[in-house]
Amino acid sequence: MSPLYIARSVAVAARSLDGEMMIMSAKDSTLFTLNPVGTVIWQSADGQTPLAEIVEQKICAQFTVDPEEATRDAECFVNDLANHGILLISGEPISPAKPLNGGPR
Amino acid sequence: MSLMEEIGQRAQASGVPLSVHLDVTYRCNERCVHCYLDHDDRGEMTTLEIRGVLDQLADAGVFFLTFSGGEVFMRRDFLDLVEYARALMFSVKVKTNAFMIREKEAQRLYDLAVQEVQVSIYSHRPEVHDAITLLPGSLKRSLAGIRLLRSHGVKVIMANVLMMQNLNDWAGVRNLAEEFGAEFTNDPTITPMMDGNRSVLQLGLGVPQLHEVFRKSDLVGDVDEFCAPPPPVNDGTFDAYPCSAGHTLCYISPYGDVFPCVQFPLPSGNVRRQKFMDIWLHSDQLNEVRSITLRDLPVCSGCGHAGTCTRCPGLAYMEGNMRGPSTQDCEKSFARTGIPSANMHLKKYYPALHSSAPHGLVQIAVARPA
Repeated sequence: MSPLYIARSVAVAARSLDGEMMIMSAKDSTLFTLNPVGTVIWQSADGQTPLAEIVEQKICAQFTVDPEEATRDAECFVNDLANHGILLISGEPISPAKPLNGGPR
Repeated sequence: MSLMEEIGQRAQASGVPLSVHLDVTYRCNERCVHCYLDHDDRGEMTTLEIRGVLDQLADAGVFFLTFSGGEVFMRRDFLDLVEYARALMFSVKVKTNAFMIREKEAQRLYDLAVQEVQVSIYSHRPEVHDAITLLPGSLKRSLAGIRLLRSHGVKVIMANVLMMQNLNDWAGVRNLAEEFGAEFTNDPTITPMMDGNRSVLQLGLGVPQLHEVFRKSDLVGDVDEFCAPPPPVNDGTFDAYPCSAGHTLCYISPYGDVFPCVQFPLPSGNVRRQKFMDIWLHSDQLNEVRSITLRDLPVCSGCGHAGTCTRCPGLAYMEGNMRGPSTQDCEKSFARTGIPSANMHLKKYYPALHSSAPHGLVQIAVARPA
């Protein structure tokens, strides 16, 4: 299976509150909050690291989860965020978008 | 509880300033008759200073950032500031009169994924709008700016301040908003000038006009519910905080002064001399504001309207006491329900609910106060 790359959309606002991300879509002002696992995936979505590597090195290392189940859940999660336009998914590495050259805090 | 309310509660419990209103300038090309600001430049923060403040706000956890003024486009670096703020992932709202928005500005605001742009439109009639802004041709230019923003897909809110001068024009503005694909909001609150001058308040609606406006279902929804007598006050109400000012929100002036809210000019620190978080966490003034619950308000805690009143602590402060009543909000509660507030009983102030002037004669020309 080919690797999946994920990158944060630049058309969102995002901030961490108590370790959980708040994300607002600029397109329709929909507000999301991510749980701690979702927050780790979001913060790791640099467009360069494959999702499988994020799951293995970040999720499985920080949370008690079955790797296969974590991978399936992560794929569902990123597809869901992509459908809302707040995450980009590609089979190739994704270049950082301009002009938003800062990262979420 | 909505997600927004839940986030607000979590931010308050964690001491996080969720929202900041930052005025980047007080300079303006318009001279609105009701404006609470002077329009001089007394030493605005530079581009670098504002960038430094934005870095600090992002680190502090601020999510919602409102850029306002003055007219924000009086600063040549304004769009660069928006770009910097968006790079820090703030949810950015811009308040502007849209007079100076052309193709380039509209395109850039869209590219930068600004959440919304709010434009004050006082009337659909140029002779009324321009008489309020004191800038001939301003309605035409503002609408042209809004049209460009909308054509680029930027969300626009037309904000209509209700005054005696434009009392009968809110429906015309709402129709304009619909025509432009913009949202519409209106508010009858006039704010005293930041130097304490209260003369602009005479431009606002009187109780009879508020009484009339509050009975328009187009504006308030269910009139019977909106104007119902207030329910009995319970213990939970007494422990509630009045609003988000100083709790999850604050205001920063173009000179770096920090206040609890744009409508609450209690000097609490200055980001040119102090770190923002030091002010936010340790300012005596902000901590005093945070300590006040309804139980601590000597007059309002004994008022039947306490549970439903929109009392603004900033307006109360400008009236002389941040723990006191805000007469403007007492008048609103009275105009809604016909029941005088405790403050009104105390002052034996019982304004008429109905105007003796024939309908249609309330729209008057008002000269700008000296």
